[in-house]
Amino acid sequence: MAAEEIDVAYVAQLATIRLTDEEKRLFQRQIPVILAYMNKLRSLDVTGIEPTSHGQPVYNVLRDDVPEPGLDAERVLANAPSRLGAAFKVPRIMES
Amino acid sequence: MDIGSMTVRAAVDGLRARQFSSVELTRAVLDAISAGDGVIGAYTWVDAADALKQAAAADAARAAGATGLLLGVPLAIKDILNVEGQPCTCASKILTGYTSPYDATVIARLRAAGAVFAGRTNLDEFAMGSTTENSALQVTRNPAAPDRVPGGSSGGSAAAVAGGMALAALGTDTGGSIRQPASFCGCVGLKPSYGRVSRYGLVAFASSLDQIGPMTKTVEDAALLLRVMAGRDPHDATSLDRDVPDYTAALTGDLKGLRLGLPREYFVAGLDPEVARRVQEAVARCRQCGAEIVDVSLPHTEYAVATYYILASAEASTNLARFDGVRYGHRSAVPATTPIEMYLNTRAEGFGLEVKRRIILGTYVLSSGYYDAYYSHAQRVRTLIRRDFEEAFKRCDALLTPVSPDPAYRIGETADDPLKAYLIDIFTVTANLAGICGLAVPCGTTDAGLPVGVQVLAPAFAEGTLMRIGHAYERAREVRP
Amino acid sequence: MRPTYRVSIGLEVHVQLTTRTKLFCGCTTSFGATPNTCVCPVCLGYPGAMPVMNREAVRLTLVSGLMLGCSINTFSTFDRKSYFYPDMPKNYQISQFDKPLCLEGGVDIPLPDDGGRRIRLVRIHLEEDVAKSTHEAGWSGVDFNRAGTPLMEIVTQPDMTSADEASAFLTALRQILLYVEVSACNLEEGNMRCDVNVSIRPPGQDPLGTKVEIKNMNTVSGVHDALQYEIARQSEVLDAGGRIVQETRRWDPDNGVTVVMRTKEDAHDYRYFPEPDLLPVVTAADQIEALRRSLPELPAVRRERLARQYGIPGYDAAVLAADRVLADFFEAVAHRCGAGKTASNWIMTDVLRLVAAHGTPVQACALTPDALAELIGLVDARTINALTAKALLEELFLAGGSPTEQVRARGLAQVTDTGALDAWVDAVMQANPKTVADWRAGKQAAAGFLVGQVMKRSHGKADPKVVGRLVAERLAQQNG
Repeated sequence: MAAEEIDVAYVAQLATIRLTDEEKRLFQRQIPVILAYMNKLRSLDVTGIEPTSHGQPVYNVLRDDVPEPGLDAERVLANAPSRLGAAFKVPRIMES
Repeated sequence: MDIGSMTVRAAVDGLRARQFSSVELTRAVLDAISAGDGVIGAYTWVDAADALKQAAAADAARAAGATGLLLGVPLAIKDILNVEGQPCTCASKILTGYTSPYDATVIARLRAAGAVFAGRTNLDEFAMGSTTENSALQVTRNPAAPDRVPGGSSGGSAAAVAGGMALAALGTDTGGSIRQPASFCGCVGLKPSYGRVSRYGLVAFASSLDQIGPMTKTVEDAALLLRVMAGRDPHDATSLDRDVPDYTAALTGDLKGLRLGLPREYFVAGLDPEVARRVQEAVARCRQCGAEIVDVSLPHTEYAVATYYILASAEASTNLARFDGVRYGHRSAVPATTPIEMYLNTRAEGFGLEVKRRIILGTYVLSSGYYDAYYSHAQRVRTLIRRDFEEAFKRCDALLTPVSPDPAYRIGETADDPLKAYLIDIFTVTANLAGICGLAVPCGTTDAGLPVGVQVLAPAFAEGTLMRIGHAYERAREVRP
Repeated sequence: MRPTYRVSIGLEVHVQLTTRTKLFCGCTTSFGATPNTCVCPVCLGYPGAMPVMNREAVRLTLVSGLMLGCSINTFSTFDRKSYFYPDMPKNYQISQFDKPLCLEGGVDIPLPDDGGRRIRLVRIHLEEDVAKSTHEAGWSGVDFNRAGTPLMEIVTQPDMTSADEASAFLTALRQILLYVEVSACNLEEGNMRCDVNVSIRPPGQDPLGTKVEIKNMNTVSGVHDALQYEIARQSEVLDAGGRIVQETRRWDPDNGVTVVMRTKEDAHDYRYFPEPDLLPVVTAADQIEALRRSLPELPAVRRERLARQYGIPGYDAAVLAADRVLADFFEAVAHRCGAGKTASNWIMTDVLRLVAAHGTPVQACALTPDALAELIGLVDARTINALTAKALLEELFLAGGSPTEQVRARGLAQVTDTGALDAWVDAVMQANPKTVADWRAGKQAAAGFLVGQVMKRSHGKADPKVVGRLVAERLAQQNG
């Protein structure tokens, strides 16, 4: 898959950011260059190499099922850009 | 009181000996900020009244018999760490209006040790950048040269410390963001091993790479701060359950019996000749201190930047998905008929260009059809890079390398070429990929007076060895500059 | 003639686990609390927050997997599933993609016509629940109390072939999950929700037809009705020569139809990748064995064993086994009194009647298995009569206590002394000459009336059998 294939407009949609036409053009020009550089990894044969998914190889870090104090509702809603009573207000969600 | 030369150690001693109060000390820091920050622009937020209030409380606590390790010591905090009641902008417009309802664990620990939070420092937006030019708030200038960048992303913290406007500061490091600005500005910067310090409360950029660390004037100060900051946190599953030693005890002042490796891939032709010279002088100095210098190889170094940017961008694209205008921060005022419309506009308005670029890149490398070619492949190359270090550390106790191929760039110099900007990180990203610890220590300046740093890299959880080396070198330089 | 299409149904069932706290934080799991009062930086998706896995949620999922015959993935990992929606605090959900906790397994469902079928499972994994939203004109309000609640997702193979089988599966699944107490399975509170996938194809065709997804069903009857409608709808489309469009629908119970939500073109690219903040869960073989040993029997196994071991009819065994606490209660009583059938009768008729009348389940009433066994013993020994026993049962149910002591303290023992009984019978016959005459005239029921009068006179304590015999004898004597 060639790096030039990136469809910036489509990826921006996935990332839920409305790019201006100028931004789309800029990224459509710059990002393939970056991806082409990243393609240098292709020359490495990684057959049989396990992926590293975490910062350190540890397992079973679990928490006991014990309640802890949370945040006060008023504090939480104080940060809300818009509220509907005790809830966070957003434009109407259609699929209900 | 000269804040420019005062260390945390000297402050702790002076406060304990009642030579001055925390209020006096904090006021001196605030005065230094007022005097100098107009030009440098290191701080994004200072609440002088609140800082003095904290200082007064520390003085009262001391009078009542309290003995916290950092009692009454003012610190600067990179504006990406949650401090309860303070803003946390991450140098982004998308967090306008956000007030932290909780303390990051690191902040809670420093607070418990009695530290005073004097102000918040500038950074590249969401820690994405190597010059602090990506801040949506303001420009920060290198105190050594006002037309130069302070490095990034912790440029504000480095400039505050090196510019005499803080005793010490907290920074964060995902691909070099503590070590490189420390090197550019001329102070000490420590990136702890991954999992050494809790990330709870640090606004995440790349979850498997981020660490919080001290930026200080001396290695001893870094040891003092790390001791308070480090340790397992039940709120961060990736913080490891390892003992936190008294790191100052490791600072023996000599390097006898230590083997220091020079990875040949880090001493390549592209290094600025003055940087190369300063670093070689540092190597020579270490040899004089009793270290044995050995040649090692980290064969996969050339793949590190590509690996880093694929993985970091991918993780960041999801970490930044939460900024949507629903629960906090900026919400677009453009009328929207659906939530997604609102998100599209909010994120368009709130994120800067570099952040958008990395989110697009990160989203792409995770997307259907490309995951195996980019993300999965990069994860395996990361394993190879980790193994490089494991092999090298069989032949030496630590590595010595340059921090950056060049000294500080001119403001605006790297703006038009994102790939060029990414390649600045070539010597620092490897430590984050491998999860090991790294330290930048000043090793001189260029003829033009631009600071140069030398990097020490040690195995994961060997911060004692790391700082022993840095400290011994630092001392040797002081004694015979 | 219209062909009968082959139907394939698969379900994805989301079950809320009964943990005290959420999956990744110490906020309490709640229902009906004031909005946004059970929240913290983690479940609100605040900048800097991090998840930490709830140990009990993992255990409940492993237990469920073992009960459902799954194999346990000894190395299990978590993944970020990205999509943007207001009920998603991070705009990614932490779930499990390629290494879920449990794999395969199955649920046996009884079928009226043949013996039963096994519905195979694909996997069971753990994930976090999303927030709840309410809607007004032009706006929606989001409440994050539910966000972060532990959810177990159970995915089946498309093995079900009718709406009835789907209902039977859900009922059987629910019963098993209640047995191990991993979930309250309370559908009204949203403890169980499911997405239904259904496709049809002509009889000769092997590959499955195009599937349609019906999302967010939360009642078994709803699933049944939606499937019946959807199968009919798809059949009509194919009958008319059309093609089924792969789409997502929702069930509109008021109008009795499924309605399109989105088409395949809008399908999500979830961009799954390993969650860096959560470490893999490694389960050792001996841990799995220990969990396996701690499991109760499956409801179906218990049902069969109760019938066999205690000699009770299949119907009774099914009622008793349906509720694990009830089954435990029954077995404790049966062991104590040694009479399975009698214990079963008492529980099925009288105890369950009291449970219904007072709205108190067996685990919450004051009647203990020992007390019921004692009561049965007293009736068996004819110390008290059935009438007294039934009245006493209600008192024990509400207030507890020992039947033997109650009988002694309140003199409830039935009277069997024929001398006393004779006296009452005489008195009653003298007091009711008309009834006696009725009996002589052929009205058999008059004898019963006389027995009743004796019982009344004895304040219910006379042994009705003996009274009945004495009355019959006296009446017969009168004849001659």
